Amino acid sequence: MSTLSTPLNHVVSGPGAGKPLPVLHVTDIAKSFGGAKALAGISFEVLPGEVHGLLGKNGSGKSTLVRILAGFHAPDPGGKLKFNGKTVDLPLKAGDFRRLGMSFVHQNLGLVPSLTVLENLRFADLTTKPAPFINWRSERKAAIEALGRFDLAIDPDERVARLSPVERALLAIVRAFEEIRAECSATGKPGLVLLDEPTPFLPREGVEKLFTLMRSIASTGSSVIFISHDIEEVMAITDRITVLRDGLVAGELTTAGATHGQVVDLIVGRTLAKRATPAYAKPVDTGEPFIRVENLAGGSLCETSFAVGRGEILGLTGLIGSGYEEAPYLIFGARPGRSGILHLTADAKAVPIGRMSPDRALALDFALLPGDRQNASGVDSLSIADNMLLPDVTRFFRGGFLRPAAMMREAYALGERYEVRPNTPPAKLSTLSGGNAQKVLIARWMNRNPRLLLLDEPTQGVDVGTRVQIYAALKAAASSGTSVVCASSDVEQLAEICDRVLVFARGQICREITGPELTKDGIAEACYASLDASDETGSRAVTNWQ
Amino acid sequence: MTEAADKSTMARRTDFRFWHFFERIALLVVWFVLIAVYGAAMPQSFLTWGNFAILFASYAPAAMLALAIIVPLTAGDYDLSVGATLTLCSAIIGVLNVWHHLPILLVLAVALAVGILAGLVNALFILFFRIPSLVVTLGTTSVMTGLAQWITNSSTIGGIDNALVMAVVGGRFLGVPYAFYYALGAAILMWYVFDYTPLGRRLLFVGRGREVARLNGIAVDRVRLGALIASGVLSAAAGILYAGVLGSADPYSGLNFLLPAFAAAFLGATTILPGRFNPWGVIVAVYFLATGITGLAMLGIPLWVTNVFNGGALILAVTVSQLTRGRDAIEIG
Repeated sequence: MSTLSTPLNHVVSGPGAGKPLPVLHVTDIAKSFGGAKALAGISFEVLPGEVHGLLGKNGSGKSTLVRILAGFHAPDPGGKLKFNGKTVDLPLKAGDFRRLGMSFVHQNLGLVPSLTVLENLRFADLTTKPAPFINWRSERKAAIEALGRFDLAIDPDERVARLSPVERALLAIVRAFEEIRAECSATGKPGLVLLDEPTPFLPREGVEKLFTLMRSIASTGSSVIFISHDIEEVMAITDRITVLRDGLVAGELTTAGATHGQVVDLIVGRTLAKRATPAYAKPVDTGEPFIRVENLAGGSLCETSFAVGRGEILGLTGLIGSGYEEAPYLIFGARPGRSGILHLTADAKAVPIGRMSPDRALALDFALLPGDRQNASGVDSLSIADNMLLPDVTRFFRGGFLRPAAMMREAYALGERYEVRPNTPPAKLSTLSGGNAQKVLIARWMNRNPRLLLLDEPTQGVDVGTRVQIYAALKAAASSGTSVVCASSDVEQLAEICDRVLVFARGQICREITGPELTKDGIAEACYASLDASDETGSRAVTNWQ
Repeated sequence: MTEAADKSTMARRTDFRFWHFFERIALLVVWFVLIAVYGAAMPQSFLTWGNFAILFASYAPAAMLALAIIVPLTAGDYDLSVGATLTLCSAIIGVLNVWHHLPILLVLAVALAVGILAGLVNALFILFFRIPSLVVTLGTTSVMTGLAQWITNSSTIGGIDNALVMAVVGGRFLGVPYAFYYALGAAILMWYVFDYTPLGRRLLFVGRGREVARLNGIAVDRVRLGALIASGVLSAAAGILYAGVLGSADPYSGLNFLLPAFAAAFLGATTILPGRFNPWGVIVAVYFLATGITGLAMLGIPLWVTNVFNGGALILAVTVSQLTRGRDAIEIG
């Protein structure tokens, strides 16, 4: 037991000898997808009555671990999992966790907004209990008790849609605890509630309430795992912290003795090799910028201003909830903005954000490649050619007829240029892999020679080879004068393609990274430091989620 | 070795082409088989040109109605109110022409205007108030049916201007009354719009991916509005054909066309251009169903079988059309 592996040189200053039996004890859990190792063998334990923080960048393996615990993924053979000292057979089946005394609150909370608090709270029981009818009176009593246990003043008959975001998060956590409470009182053993990023869209005061609730749960002897990007939050609430990096445990810390800097170092990791000089040299227009965005606000983005040069690739990044990913949609007019003016220097024109629409944006030679490839980028059930040439279809309307043959020829030529494999324009888009489908959509916009190309996570879920091809296409576009704005959480990608990166925190730009600092570690560090720096500004991102 | 591989892919491709082709004409084949079966059973009465001429003409309003349905269906909206629009428009023709002695051309213009109005009312609630199309058009169906009964005093109005009757069933081309050719004309027009104009592409993208369409600069609501108006106008035209075929205005029987028309719309999406609502598929499907019902009637099978046949055909058609789309549920809302 005490031979808990502590990789690197961070020593656990744990509760020493005679320490209690861990609630969750994970040993050598690994998971690979294809050739890639998402988890390379991690071990850690969660003690009873403890709030345990789990930190790490995107891709460090946090979500894979959560999915293994929830029974969505089967881990690679060889790992071990003990719950309250008892070895549990792996892989877990979906739903097994409940029987063990473990429950999850995911970021989307899993509440049904149109149902009442009571119905949401008792959801699992109501739908699975083999009772012939529902005794609403006793259900109601149970719900009031559950909320009262944590001194929450939430009306059980209120519809969840009418609750504030904070109340919803509290409700989801209470529900998660209720799910394991019965199990725990039956076995007399502590349970575990895992919170997977419940806080990024909550205001500061709300987070405090969540912390109080987490503390109350821990005081019953059960444990809480708290996953967050926000180091401040994790340091404020947890007893111990486990940091994952590149699928390994980078280190474990006792929160009381740790500093912010230590945690950042563990998350980011220090690599000595700085970024090699870029292999390509391209003429960056140093004159007037192509577009100046002034006081842009909308969604969780507060008023921000920035400029994009002609032929520049500008990266936008930040932690989840920082609002950076809203900017491309607001500029394109795809989502309603609260304020902002777009100054188009080349046209000597200023367009207020309220007047922007996709239609208008296209007329200004803007292009947007959304992150939601399934629903917003292309239509799977229609042909590759139709998808590729959608905004240009009127060009093929000659003499009163569309020219399908000409469309196919052009689609084929575009497919060749952007290396779509297989290059079969009449086939449905769904016949292509994710990466190739993305190339089709990139070809759609490149074909129009946009002056401003807006991207949101352009290579998410795309294989490495395709990624390189997409990077090449973006760089080629930039060197021909297109201004590119790329919102991405992938720091490696940003370091690879961007000339400049803006780091957002709480809806505002907090850092601009250029030159030698523009490395993957540099960007990641700025993301985590960002929360610190923007604390003085006080207010957190304002969201308008429904 | 590469040659062998080439050959096998070639073989697979021909195989694929063959199945693809078979899928496209499967319904036509089934239709001819059905005709052959009825023909063998009733060689004297069924297999006559006269019988088919009547069948083609009397189902022309249904064909027009099914064509009306597929416009909003392609754009992703249900229009259940087409049957009621047909009924209301034919009732208006009877009332204005027979009771109020208005000239027939003016009356037809009024009928078409009512079709446009029906589309606008549907669009108001679907697009402006964002009510699901199924709910809105179910409601307007009842409203328009009621209005039709009100203006006709729930009675059939006979004696519609002979000019209309002559224009619809008076003349024949290749032995088939004109009524059929009006439906055929509408199918050709829709074929052109669907397949050979940018508008057809927009309609398709709006129906399959609203967000994709919007982000590509398509005015999604305008396209849906246009589709609903088009279905109103086409169902008004179906009402005109119906009045012409009957020579009278019947405030009740028009709704009977709704189910076969819907069945034909979905069945039509399994043929000619499988996986897409397409006008030629609709024409084939309407007359396939018409043949099935006519044959059953001639065999002396009781009337209730017609309902079972139409309802069964609708469910079967949607199932088959979903299977040909690779089990993607048809998303229409």
